[in-house]
Amino acid sequence: MKRFKGLSLLLSVLLVLSLGTLAFSQEKGVIEIFSWWTAGGEAEGLQALFDIYNRLYPDVEIINATVAGGAGAHAKAVLKTRMLGGDPPDTFQVHAGKELIDTWVKTGFMEPLTDLFESEGWVEVMPKGILDIVSYEGDYWSVPVNIHKANVLWYNKQIFADNGLNPPQTFDEFFEIADKLQEQGIIPFVLGTKDGWEAAHVFETVLIAKLGAEGYSGLWTGETKWSDPGVTEALETFKKMVTYVNPDHAAFTWDEAYEYIIDGKGAMSIMGDWVAGYFFSKEYTDFGWVPVPETAGIFDALSDSFGLPKGCKNRDNVINFLKVLGSKEGQEAFNLKKGSIPARTDINKDLFDDYQKSVMEDWEKDVIVPSVMHGAAAAEGWVTEFKDVIALFVARPDIEVTQKALVQVAERAGVAQ
Amino acid sequence: MKKTKEEKILTFLFILPSVILIAVFVYGFIGWTGWISLTNWKDVVPDFTFVGFRNYIDLFHNLRFQIGLKNILVFTVLFLVVSIAIGLFLAILLDRKVRFENVFRSIYLFPMAISFIVTGVVWRWMLNPGTATTGSLGINMLLDKIGLGFLKSGWYTDPNVGIKAVVIPAVWQMSGYVMAMYLAGIRGIPQELSEAAQVDGASNWQVYRYIILPLLQPITLGAVIILTHISLKIFDLVVAMTGAGIGFSCDVPALFMYDTTFRGNFFAQGAAIATILLIFVAILIIPYLRHGLREGS
Repeated sequence: MKRFKGLSLLLSVLLVLSLGTLAFSQEKGVIEIFSWWTAGGEAEGLQALFDIYNRLYPDVEIINATVAGGAGAHAKAVLKTRMLGGDPPDTFQVHAGKELIDTWVKTGFMEPLTDLFESEGWVEVMPKGILDIVSYEGDYWSVPVNIHKANVLWYNKQIFADNGLNPPQTFDEFFEIADKLQEQGIIPFVLGTKDGWEAAHVFETVLIAKLGAEGYSGLWTGETKWSDPGVTEALETFKKMVTYVNPDHAAFTWDEAYEYIIDGKGAMSIMGDWVAGYFFSKEYTDFGWVPVPETAGIFDALSDSFGLPKGCKNRDNVINFLKVLGSKEGQEAFNLKKGSIPARTDINKDLFDDYQKSVMEDWEKDVIVPSVMHGAAAAEGWVTEFKDVIALFVARPDIEVTQKALVQVAERAGVAQ
Repeated sequence: MKKTKEEKILTFLFILPSVILIAVFVYGFIGWTGWISLTNWKDVVPDFTFVGFRNYIDLFHNLRFQIGLKNILVFTVLFLVVSIAIGLFLAILLDRKVRFENVFRSIYLFPMAISFIVTGVVWRWMLNPGTATTGSLGINMLLDKIGLGFLKSGWYTDPNVGIKAVVIPAVWQMSGYVMAMYLAGIRGIPQELSEAAQVDGASNWQVYRYIILPLLQPITLGAVIILTHISLKIFDLVVAMTGAGIGFSCDVPALFMYDTTFRGNFFAQGAAIATILLIFVAILIIPYLRHGLREGS
C-alpha cells in the first residue's frame, strides 16, 4: 500500500512536470467552439477536451456553441448562415473529406494548418488515410480528432445467446436470423429514421457489401456506374431488410431507437460506432458487434475535425485549442468518452475498451473507404439528394425507379454516368 | 378634419423610419430572394449567373416537392375546417353563460401560448404508436383503455396517415384562438337582434343559423386568413414532431426549403421554394387586404 502511494506520488510529479513543458500560458479572452455534440458520450468527450484546455489556459473562457440534431443537420445550417454572414465561430466541427474540402476549403473560407501539422509532428503520427482527406492542394486544412467506423452491426448478446444464434457473416444468415427472431416476437432489425439520414447510412453499408471496397468508392468518382447490377442487388437486399424493422422507426432518432436493444426488445442494428459511446453513457455493456455482413476487411471511415476559419476573432486561442485536439492527451481523453478511436496511432491502446481496441486493429489492416452519409465521400448537395432518394425508397420500395433516381442524382452532382 | 401643411410633413416624418426599415428588411429581402431564385447559386459561394425559371421547372419535377405540395394542401384544408368547427363550437358553448367561463376560456386559449416546438415534441411522444413488443403507447394506449381500440393508428409513422397526424396538434394549439375570435364576435352582436328573433318565435338553432352565423362572416374570413397563412408556412411543428416522415409523408415545402438550402447548399432552389410559398400566401392575403382597405376608406 505504501509503495503504491509512493508510486502514485511519483506519477503525479511526472504529470505536473509534463504539463510544465507545455507551459501555463498567459492567454486571455474567449474561444467559441462550435459543434453538434450534445448527446451522451460525445458531449462528455467534448467536455474532456475542455477540461484539458481549461487546465492549460485557465484564463480563456470557453463558449460551448452546440446545436443539437442528428449528423449535425441543424448545426450545419446555423454554421452556414454564420460563415456566409461573416461571423464565423472561432473553430467548428466538420467532417473530414468532401464536406470539409468542397464546402469550406475550395471556397476559401479556411486557413491552412500545414505549419501546425509540421511543428506538432502530426504528419508523423497520423496515418496517411486520414491525412489525405484533410488535405487539398498540398496543405492540411483541419485537425482530425477521431476516426469512426460506420459499417458496424450491433447486437444484443443476451438475445443471441438465448436463441443459440451467431452474429451473421452474410446477408443470407442475416435474414435467417431475422426470421427466427421475428417468430420470437423480437424486433430483428432496429432502426430510427426521424432525422432522415439513418436509412441512407444503412444503405451505404449495404452498397459496400454488394460492390466491394473498390466498387463502392468508385460510385463517388464515376468509376462505378449507378446503373451497376451491384447497386440493384444492394437495393433488393435493403428492401428486404426494411421489412424486419420496428414499424415505429419514423418516431425515433437513432439513439432513441437503440433503447430497444438496451431493453432486450430488439436484436440487431447497423450504425456507426458512436453507438459504443452511447452504450457507455447508458452503462450498457451487453452488446456485441461484427462488421456489417459481407463487409469484413473493409473500414467505412469518417472523421470529425476542427479547422481555423478565416477572420475568426480569437486566432491564438484557436491554435492552442487545435494543439490540444491533436495532442496525445487530448485524443485519448476525447475518444475514451466518444467511443471512436484517435486519429493518432501512437496512443496508449491499453486505456481503451475492447470495442475500441478491435477498431484500432481494423483501422491498421482493413481497406479504408470514405463514408458518404458522414461527409467523407461526396459533396453535401449530392449527399442531401442521395439521402432523400433512399428515404423515399423506404416507403416506396420500387427498385427500378430508385435506381434511376440515383443515376440522376449522380449526374446532377457532375459525375457522368 | 383638414390637416395643415406642417401636420402633413410631421406625419410623413414620423412614419418615414418604419417605411425605410420595412422597405429594406421586408421588401428588399423579398426582392433579393426572388432574384436569387433565378440564379445558379448551388454552393456556399454565391453564383449569380442568371438561369431564368430553371429552378422552378426543376422543382415541379422534383418528387419530394410534389409530395410536399400535396401534403401542405391536405394539411391546410383539414387544419382550417377542423379548427374553425371546433373553435366555433367552443365559442357557442361558452356563450351559453356557463359557470366559470373565465376558467374555461383560459384553458382553451392556453395552448396557443406554447411554442410549436414544444407542442411538436410532446405530441411526437403522445402519438408514438408503440410496437408489438412495447404494446400501445401514448394516445393508442388511452384508446385501448377506454375501449376504443379500433381507433388506434400508426399516426405519423404510418405513411398513409402522415401529415394528417400533424393536423391534430395544430388544431389542439390553434382552435382555442379561433374560439376567442368567435367569442369576441358573438359578444359584439347586439343582444336585441337575437332577442327580437326569439320574440318572433325562433328556436335557439334558428337564432344561431339565421342571425349569429351570418353576422360572424367577417370573423370567419379573418380566421381563414390567419390560419391559412400559419398553415402554409408551417415548419417548426413538423420539424419538432415528425421530420420529413416515411417517404416524405409528413414533408412540407418549408422543410424541404430548409433541407435543400442548408444541408444541400442549393441556395437558388431554396429561394425558389420560398418564392412559391410567398406567392401562395399572397394569393390569399392580397384580396383580403384590398377588401379591408376598401372598407376602411
